[in-house]
Amino acid sequence: MIAGFGFAALVLALIAASVQTFACFLGAHRQRGELIRMGCNAALLQAAFLVMAFACLVAGFLASDFSLALVAAHSHSAKPLLFKFAASWGNHEGSLALWVLILALAGAWLALDTAPHETITGKDSAQNSDSHPCARAPLCARALGMQGILGCLFLAFLLFASNPFARLHPPPADGMGLNPVLQDVALAIHPPFLYLGYVGLSVPFSLAVAALLEGRADAAWARRLRLWTLASWSMLTIGIVLGSWWAYRELGWGGFWFWDPVENASLMPWLLAIALLHCAMVAEKRGALRQWSVLLAILAFSLAMLGTFLVRSGVLVSVHSFAADPTRGIFILAILAAVSGGALSLFAWRGGRLGDETLFAPVSREGAILINNMLLCCGCASIFVGTLYPLALEALGGDKISVGAPFFNLTFAPLMLPLFLLLPLGPALAWRRGQMLAAMQRLQLAVLPVLPAFVLLPAYGSDTPLWAVFAAALGVWILAGTVCEAWQRLRLIRAPGAAARFVRAGLAFWGMSLAHGGVGVLLLGITFLSAWSVERIEALRPGDSLTLADFHLSFQKSEPLHGANYLAERAHLLVRAPDGTLTLLHPERRIYPIRGIATSETAIEHSLGGDLYAVLGDYQPADDEAQDGLRIFRLYWNPLVSLIWLGAGMMACGGLLALAAHWRRGDRSGIARP
Amino acid sequence: MKRLFLPLLAVLLCLGAAFAVEPDERLQDAALEERARALGAELRCLVCQNQSIDDSSSPFARDIRLLLRERLLAGDSDEEIRDFLVARYGEFILLRPSMRGFNSLLWLSPVLLPAFAAAALWWYYRRWRAAPTRGV
Repeated sequence: MIAGFGFAALVLALIAASVQTFACFLGAHRQRGELIRMGCNAALLQAAFLVMAFACLVAGFLASDFSLALVAAHSHSAKPLLFKFAASWGNHEGSLALWVLILALAGAWLALDTAPHETITGKDSAQNSDSHPCARAPLCARALGMQGILGCLFLAFLLFASNPFARLHPPPADGMGLNPVLQDVALAIHPPFLYLGYVGLSVPFSLAVAALLEGRADAAWARRLRLWTLASWSMLTIGIVLGSWWAYRELGWGGFWFWDPVENASLMPWLLAIALLHCAMVAEKRGALRQWSVLLAILAFSLAMLGTFLVRSGVLVSVHSFAADPTRGIFILAILAAVSGGALSLFAWRGGRLGDETLFAPVSREGAILINNMLLCCGCASIFVGTLYPLALEALGGDKISVGAPFFNLTFAPLMLPLFLLLPLGPALAWRRGQMLAAMQRLQLAVLPVLPAFVLLPAYGSDTPLWAVFAAALGVWILAGTVCEAWQRLRLIRAPGAAARFVRAGLAFWGMSLAHGGVGVLLLGITFLSAWSVERIEALRPGDSLTLADFHLSFQKSEPLHGANYLAERAHLLVRAPDGTLTLLHPERRIYPIRGIATSETAIEHSLGGDLYAVLGDYQPADDEAQDGLRIFRLYWNPLVSLIWLGAGMMACGGLLALAAHWRRGDRSGIARP
Repeated sequence: MKRLFLPLLAVLLCLGAAFAVEPDERLQDAALEERARALGAELRCLVCQNQSIDDSSSPFARDIRLLLRERLLAGDSDEEIRDFLVARYGEFILLRPSMRGFNSLLWLSPVLLPAFAAAALWWYYRRWRAAPTRGV
């Protein structure tokens, strides 16, 4: 019943998407307002049908309807409610359904934005002025048409190659359960955020294609491009951080980033989205770099689709391929090739028409943003090469080789260092023509905290690597530079009272400062974790104790435990902090009998100075009776690791703050909301 | 219940993963052990999914960890151990690919890409210099 209803909704959504595509393109081509309006309504309908379809899927999971093949394969009646809910997107079909749903919702938003302006009175009014709201209608209609094409392609993939509503006859008595490693709150909400980011980038892509078709890109277009990028990038940041936080707590290796191909797949569009949201600002405010913005928008969404392909096709050997299926990879690859290939060809053919750029001096904020873009693109490209090179080599008949963390640490990190060094300079430079000396003078106070960092940091650990000192000093420099620039800005505002000045500086400025400061905080966190983390692996008998980075730990006992859907062994570790406070850590080894999977539950003692991280291992293989009772512990002291989450959170909040600022300004100036 | 539960737990735990880098594997010599860890972090566990042998709990990873410590004790250099493992298991075992043959392209890319970007910026600068309304 639910399955039939959901499937019907998917089919209707596909029909609506086709109508949306034809009506929008035809309406834009013939300048017919009623056709565009029809396309807008079709986009709303498509979204409504997909909401229904996805609701059916979720209902199936919540009700544990095992006549649905997907529910039977990925859920279990004994699973906690939240994870039943999350299981609906914790698999291939469900996650694609979520992808298509978000795509349709983005399209619906774009349609609501287009609809008020769809009355086209004639060719003249469409061309006479950029600021006229009607002028944007054909552009938006074409973008909506492009969204329709994407909707058709992915809906077809969903319906024909990965139907989430496939039935089972007869229904099994109970489900197969979900991979217990995935039963985690952060991971439950990680895919929706990641997909909001990935799929949100489809709108900048569609806007770019529309601008190419139209042969015209104005400030309002660039603004819309930027706001959608900003929103998607913020969501992508949250999604990546949630995934990273999950990996840190759950995988039990004390790290937060493993340069896994799937992690790389999300990092690539993230980097390009940063480049795009900076360069769209130049396109909006200065009318320059429009071609480049279009190219970046196409590439960013292509990489987002590539991310989906890499995760969903199982083409990569990786820890994340929980829900992979190689046969479907061909379908996604075909979509990827058609969409990006088509858009890039269009760019090659018509990109030149957008070349109405004003020029700017090399030393200017535009110049700084251009260098930022170049460095981010280089970073992204080096990850791209490292991730895809082994695949390409194997496909061409070469050896099977691995490109792992050591490669990326050696190549990506050095490319980012100049970016970090130049970051505080960008906001200090004036638009169009800046003066390096003036910018340096604005930032001269920021050098003050950097110097002590060079003196203090080498003394921090026992054997401090040189790169870590430089990286941490760069983090301090970014933070100090951002604070310095904010202070300069506040000083120049002529308003009485600190609060009034703070408000006058504007939400967008604070958003930028927060995000830039977040980069510094993130860099500090990463550096401290990578350079000064302390690891101990020991076999302990109950009663044994050891010291780790001034902490005194003693293993008291271990006991068996019954969980909701698992059995566990839980250890009691008494920790005495340097200041004398006592805490108990309870690392666990869990067994999920339904799937026969064993996992480690890490126990982490968070504090401002760092995390004490404990993982319980196996029984030591006993040589004799006396050895019985030995447990292996893997213990870490991770200094300042919380700065990683804090910094990334600051970046995401900064993005959202800047978005909120434009939302308000949009209302004031009469330009529709994004 | 408890009498049944503990053996069951023990059996299931044995089915599950053992532990990466176990204490009994460690070498007495701290300098050698450090070299072993540095080597291990750059070797792929061939039966796992994108894990180094130091992070993996599979029997394969344990064998390689023990093997490379044996070779270290026998006095082999890092390079000799890597070559030995490549001869035995292929290039796939190196997480940091070698710089031989086609791979030099891979290793050149972080140099070539910024060079390309710099050339693009230079081109833009030249255009700016040549423009009649320079910078205005």
